[in-house]
Amino acid sequence: MSSSPWGTVTERLARNRYTVDEAHPHIVVNNDYVRRAGLASFFERICPAHVYTARDDGGVDVEYAACLECGTCLALAPAQALVWHYPRSGCGIGYREG
Amino acid sequence: MEDEIFDAIVVGGGVAGAVCAYKMAASGLEVVLIERGETPGSKNLSGGVFYCDVMSTVFPEFLEEAPLERVISRNCLMFLNDDSHVMIDYADRRLAGSSNAVTVLRAKLDQWLIDKCEEAGVMVMPGIRVDELIRDGDRIVGVKAGDDELRARVVVAADGVNSFCARSAGIRRAPTPDQLAVGVKSVIGLDPKVIEERFGVNEGEGAAYAVVGSCTRGLGGGGFVYTNTDSISIGVVIRLDELKAHSWASSSQIHDDFLAHPEIARLLEGGTLREYGCHLVAEGGHAMRGTLVADGLVVIGDAAGLTLNTGFTVRGMDLAAQSGICAAETLVEAAANDDFSAAGLAAYERRLDESFAGRDMITYAGAPDFLESPRMYGAYGQLAADLFFTIYRHDLTPRRHLVGQARAAWRKSPLRLRDVVSDVWKGVRAL
Repeated sequence: MSSSPWGTVTERLARNRYTVDEAHPHIVVNNDYVRRAGLASFFERICPAHVYTARDDGGVDVEYAACLECGTCLALAPAQALVWHYPRSGCGIGYREG
Repeated sequence: MEDEIFDAIVVGGGVAGAVCAYKMAASGLEVVLIERGETPGSKNLSGGVFYCDVMSTVFPEFLEEAPLERVISRNCLMFLNDDSHVMIDYADRRLAGSSNAVTVLRAKLDQWLIDKCEEAGVMVMPGIRVDELIRDGDRIVGVKAGDDELRARVVVAADGVNSFCARSAGIRRAPTPDQLAVGVKSVIGLDPKVIEERFGVNEGEGAAYAVVGSCTRGLGGGGFVYTNTDSISIGVVIRLDELKAHSWASSSQIHDDFLAHPEIARLLEGGTLREYGCHLVAEGGHAMRGTLVADGLVVIGDAAGLTLNTGFTVRGMDLAAQSGICAAETLVEAAANDDFSAAGLAAYERRLDESFAGRDMITYAGAPDFLESPRMYGAYGQLAADLFFTIYRHDLTPRRHLVGQARAAWRKSPLRLRDVVSDVWKGVRAL
């Protein structure tokens, strides 16, 4: 991917305010299914927040703390591929501009 | 908490939920508003211009008091190609004077709205996620949040485009990918004077761009740019079915490429990134409408799919506010009649259909189909640029009449007459 003058997505997200729910991930991926269906790169490219990173074994790593809670993955992925809720009360992204 | 019964629980403190809660409380109902964001607006993103006349019908002080960014006096429709663009640039003093279109930043606006709710007596509970609806038979009688239960005579689902309330009530299905788009947006801080010079607007006024073409690399959707007081909101909206279908398409890369386009990058020069965010938008129009009431439940705002993209304008907040008004009027009546059944609440759907919001959804019911054409996102912009190129490029060959030039540009284009006639016809009927 070409570099952007506004930094990498990860660098941009570092400016955002998050309250991370360390104990309860709000996204749980079924990596067996993701591997079998070959969905790793699909997850990687659709998410504007780069929550998903394709692994060598065909699964994905999930950096749920970076999630912007848009729901794109939930809307596009097969139902078997993931469980997705909004983060628990008081957690997740806190936009300061909007 | 278990024993208290409210008249209404509003789930979601955006424009729709806040307007609805405010109006009900102002009419004497006991209202609680639950918002999952720790502070109002912290989960919300504005997608563009707020056509805000409707707000003054609820809050007469809206234009004076609300935290508005700029009054939009200049609208641009830009067909963007890789190396060219053609733009319709419309500025009008009448727009500046009427204050009918403004830009807002939701973290500020939603806080103001929630403050108004509290003044009117709404019990506001921020930082609480509603987990599920509580039922008594077929009737919705409250909500569950963690271990807490809250009961009311009616629940208002104002919980946004992903509305889990409406889905779990079984009255609305999850939208299909072609009915949704993802907006990816950056807020870029810039000096107000620089903004005014760069966008050619007076102090306090602003510009809004709708962009089609290479901003989405030909995918269904578009780009947007609009000015706030001391920042620019800029980004892309990509239809989810298109994002899914093209394996090269990365939502963040399409956003980055748009911001890096030379014609766009010049607008942002010297700015600093304040925020990067994303949010889903309902794009299905009237076809998504469906049922909006059940026993003990009404659905309003984005949760009801109330957004409109006509190509020229993208609207949501004004429709959200109007749906909140229609719901509040219905629920005040329902409280007086003690009838919160689906049959009683159907008056909300009738009110909505008779309002400007419902009528506009029907008027523009053909817009999603019209905007479905892939030609909107590439070929037309290139054809327009090719035509103007032949007009302005004098290369010592003898000039031809414009019709001949147009014919030559047309022959170069991949467009076929049948498709264009069909698009024009759809456009005329849709808009």
